[in-house]
Amino acid sequence: MSLLKKTATEQAQALAAKQISATELVQEHYAQIKAVDNEVKAFLYLDEKNALAQAATIDKKRAAGEKLSPLAGIPLALKDVMAQANVPTTCGSKILEGWRPPYDATLVTKLKANDVVILGKTNMDEFAMGSSTENSAFGPTHNPWDLTRIPGGSSGGSAAAVAAFEAPISIGTDTGGSIRQPAAVCGIVGVKPTYGSVSRYGLIAFSSSLDQAGPFARTVEDAAMVHAAIAGFDPKDSTSINSPVPDFVSAARKKDVKGLKIGVVKELSGDGYQTGVAEKFSQTLDLLVSLGAQIVEVSCPNFQYALAAYYLVAPSECSSNLARFDAMRYGLRVGDDGQRSAEEVMNLTRQAGFGREVKRRIILGTYALSSGYYDAYYGSAQKVRTLIKQDFDNAFKSADVLVSPTAPTTAFKIGEKANDPLAMYLNDIATIPVNMAGICGLSLPNGLASEDQLPSGFQIMAPAMADDRLYLVGGAIEAALKDKWGKPFWEFAPKLKGSKC
Amino acid sequence: MAGISREEVANLARLARIQMSDEELDHLSGEMQVILSAVAKVQEVANSDVPPTSHPIPITNVTREDVVTKSLTVEQALSGAPKKSEDRFQVPQILGEE
Repeated sequence: MSLLKKTATEQAQALAAKQISATELVQEHYAQIKAVDNEVKAFLYLDEKNALAQAATIDKKRAAGEKLSPLAGIPLALKDVMAQANVPTTCGSKILEGWRPPYDATLVTKLKANDVVILGKTNMDEFAMGSSTENSAFGPTHNPWDLTRIPGGSSGGSAAAVAAFEAPISIGTDTGGSIRQPAAVCGIVGVKPTYGSVSRYGLIAFSSSLDQAGPFARTVEDAAMVHAAIAGFDPKDSTSINSPVPDFVSAARKKDVKGLKIGVVKELSGDGYQTGVAEKFSQTLDLLVSLGAQIVEVSCPNFQYALAAYYLVAPSECSSNLARFDAMRYGLRVGDDGQRSAEEVMNLTRQAGFGREVKRRIILGTYALSSGYYDAYYGSAQKVRTLIKQDFDNAFKSADVLVSPTAPTTAFKIGEKANDPLAMYLNDIATIPVNMAGICGLSLPNGLASEDQLPSGFQIMAPAMADDRLYLVGGAIEAALKDKWGKPFWEFAPKLKGSKC
Repeated sequence: MAGISREEVANLARLARIQMSDEELDHLSGEMQVILSAVAKVQEVANSDVPPTSHPIPITNVTREDVVTKSLTVEQALSGAPKKSEDRFQVPQILGEE
């Protein structure tokens, strides 16, 4: 029987019971990838030989009776922003094409220590800048629910891989919504952990004060299991939080929200939110009430400035971070003819190696940080950041978690917003405040929008280091929806041509 | 609000070490105009009595014990170099001909 549609938890049980070997499970996922990925295009690189060798080792360990991690032998798709030793790591950019990092990101080290099998690297918007994967230098990924539509971004490849049953779990990164928005439009679960709770060592930096890696999965419990494996203090990341990690998996299994106060953020609704998405949101609130939760309305008046502040902070930090791509030590080098100077080679390399969105943001950031404009732009954005944090602090005085639709719309058509940067930036309107404050957020599917039958996402936000609340509330909603539908959400997904399940 | 000229964009591209064609500069100048007028919204609430936040976690210097730990070998460090020579990165000329 195919295990492709099983959750990671169920796959782990089958492995533990020796109903299937890790080798078979990994082979089955590669067969699915080969059957559907020519159209989905979630992966940039498949590490098949190494993955199968690793699976064989895990099978031997299991046969020898070794105590293994619950994730041992589970296949995973890794966003190409994470450095993995000796495996091509492009960040979706021509400037890093062919580069093989000499080291593992801490997150990769942790996954390997848990015997998670990394199938390959997934597509993304170049340097994680975008909401659709259309900014990848290697072409867009397609949404498994409708191949003519975007899978969200920037972690679109990782989200699509899980939605297309190419992997049960994957890793993305979220700077302004890049895990939660693709999770929403691909109909899966995605979590942006508290800033500093998952190491950024080996995560190719876009905006260092906002970037955070986290899990994708088809269920809340699976996401919790991955999150537990990657979280924790890392001395290699100077912004890593050195405090105990809450028990995410127990929280996901509790399925009890009685007496919890759920805060609806007034400013994250109304104009700009698709009718079907708004309908699903209000139905989910009704569901929470029926489960014994209490709904309260909260106001975060400064959220209206979050998008503008984000598009100053993130480009400013990126203009500095991306200075490292200088054609000297690694990556692309263009025009080195023995005559040109290092500076000329640098200029030509960055012209050829960076795509349009990346250049746009570097220029915007360079402007916002330049003398004469610093106070008006970057300085003002930093002040807005303070106001957003204060809004969250106040809101969490009257609510245990805050909620909103994850993305204002369902998946849009590939190409629809490609030439309108501002329209594209609006996709992240509801997800950005979480990053600006460094708190945590989760998106889970809450149904199909009535007008287009595409997945809608429900966002849960919790204070810093209270990520367990995301799993508590998410797990309860997910279980109640499954009862209501009589099946898990992914059973609504259309079967992809050639799919093995 | 203050506009941004094509010359200013060209200067920013020079500062950011990105060669740009005339076509790229034309296009980007127009886009920058639109984006800057949108992000200028931050100025509406950024009063002098609001302290700035540069980072979600208040951080002071993070230090560790000064002990030697394992690091990349020369071979590993040079593994991605576009050009190398005698265990070193080989780069184009930095100083002009005297």
